[in-house]
Amino acid sequence: MGKTIAEKILSNHSGRDAKAGDIVIADLDFMIGQDGTSGVAIDSFRKMGAKKVADPSKIAIIIDHSSPSPNEGVSAIHKKIREFASEQGLTLYDIGCGVCHQLTPEQGHVVPGDLVIGADSHTCTYGALNVFSTGIGSTDLAAGMISGKLWFKVPETMKVVYKGKLPKGTSSKDLILALIGKIGADGATYLALELYGAAIDELSVDARFTLSNMAIECGAKAGLMAADDKVMAWVKQHSQKKPDPQAADKDAVYKQTIELDAAKLEPQIAKPHTVDNVCPISKVLGTPIQQGYIGTCTNGRLEDFQIAAKILKRKKVKDGTRLIIAPASKDILMAMIADGTYESLLESGAVAVTPGCGPCVGTHNGVPSDGENVISTANRNFKGRMGNPNAFIYLASPATVAASMIEGKIADPRNYL
Amino acid sequence: MNLNGKARRLPQNDDINTDYIISGRYKFKIQDPVELAKHVMEDVDPAFYGRLQEGDFLVAGRNFGCGSSREQAPMAIKYAGISAVLAKSFARIFYRNCFNLGLPAIEVDTDKFAEGDELEVDLDNGLIRDKTKNIELKIAPLPPTMQTLLGDGGLVEHFKKHGGFAL
Ligand code: SF4
Repeated sequence: MGKTIAEKILSNHSGRDAKAGDIVIADLDFMIGQDGTSGVAIDSFRKMGAKKVADPSKIAIIIDHSSPSPNEGVSAIHKKIREFASEQGLTLYDIGCGVCHQLTPEQGHVVPGDLVIGADSHTCTYGALNVFSTGIGSTDLAAGMISGKLWFKVPETMKVVYKGKLPKGTSSKDLILALIGKIGADGATYLALELYGAAIDELSVDARFTLSNMAIECGAKAGLMAADDKVMAWVKQHSQKKPDPQAADKDAVYKQTIELDAAKLEPQIAKPHTVDNVCPISKVLGTPIQQGYIGTCTNGRLEDFQIAAKILKRKKVKDGTRLIIAPASKDILMAMIADGTYESLLESGAVAVTPGCGPCVGTHNGVPSDGENVISTANRNFKGRMGNPNAFIYLASPATVAASMIEGKIADPRNYL
Repeated sequence: MNLNGKARRLPQNDDINTDYIISGRYKFKIQDPVELAKHVMEDVDPAFYGRLQEGDFLVAGRNFGCGSSREQAPMAIKYAGISAVLAKSFARIFYRNCFNLGLPAIEVDTDKFAEGDELEVDLDNGLIRDKTKNIELKIAPLPPTMQTLLGDGGLVEHFKKHGGFAL
């Protein structure tokens, strides 16, 4: 019987003929932690009695969630992380380098066929590069750092096929929101996704990250894609590591196959307070907005800001509202400066914050007030997510956020193309 | 393993996410799990922590623990004195994190358990008794990996004992 991508990568890393349902102990190619999870991982590492990590070249810690530090509690955690990284000789990305899920692929740490864990739920992002990467907790990260291994239950796979081409004004964000709306927040729990179709083939690698990034929002363990020519070229540009791409066999067994028609897609919105509360934009047009946010590991990449800048060009963010932008990495920030995107967005009235998670998780800047509506390119709209349980978060594509900021209410980006 | 305590329910049943369990506001600031636990479920039910007694069970519906990978979520539950989480289904990372901390997460149809019901969880015989209602529900045996982790008292203790994975 044929194998899925997940079964192949987990077989290759465990030295076993692994099938869905098996428990394997597998060798890890890379692992990451961030500033919200690494403090606990370091505590667990010490409690386990460990002195040295198995291989410092396979570990990176990224200070991105609450960075720069807003208070002394966070500063203490950052200090602990810096000291641990230097003691163990790990890679540390300090404040302002960017978001973990941008840096890990961008800085060449992961390549097709790899097995990767991260103490952050959106570690599934690298599935776009044909990497089996998944989020785990801090103590699992500690175990991984000590042994270079982790146990996995080999997941069954759900195959998702996006037929047709994306219409103008829609993007990969709309593709993934539509899927999550359809199958629900637990529609793929314990499963790996394999994402295919003409709509995906056409996407840039950067746009594909948006899809894999949100696999966790329907409960999936991984959001895997094939390593096509675009992926191989992207990886060659970013990494020295040797890729080992894995394709699913023709007779691989899937738990379920879902087809979605991309050609019929409208821009999508996830309404408060769950990511699967998705509707086409026509249902919420005109909803007043007080704050916009473009950034995060979902949509903080160069082309996201280019799209927003194009829509906002020679226009202004509506009076009485505010648009915050946070490039997902310093390299993206530099590229935005080089091609004029940064200046253009600032001219339109955007406010830029440090490359990193920005207002996404409500731990430092950009906390909305009671009763305010926020439209954001992030991946979560849970109550309290941005630091205030009395605010309302709408999730959308960068194009939709940009259009909405011109009008000060939810607006259709197709009117601005 | 036999656990006894009261059922504690939340105003929301399904999709309790890790941001609700412990808000990002606190997980980044507070390193002491006992302090963290005081804010457990605060955004969904501000009175929740005050209601708890040592050994109580957190009882919920589908997809409990969805969202982020923060281990501070099961940690806050555990240090609030809760002895097990009972839910119809769990999100994957949260489920794993529970056992890594030695906190049982048990899949069971929770509809019949009301706030304040006296429950007894008998893990060895795979039973949950609602002593208030005088009913008994069967639960599926825990996966062997989870039994081992729980038996050792979590992943830290497992590593201390075996010097690595012995699953
Ligand atoms: S940008 Fe948001 S979702 Fe992404 S890693 Fe940071 S906090 Fe998590």
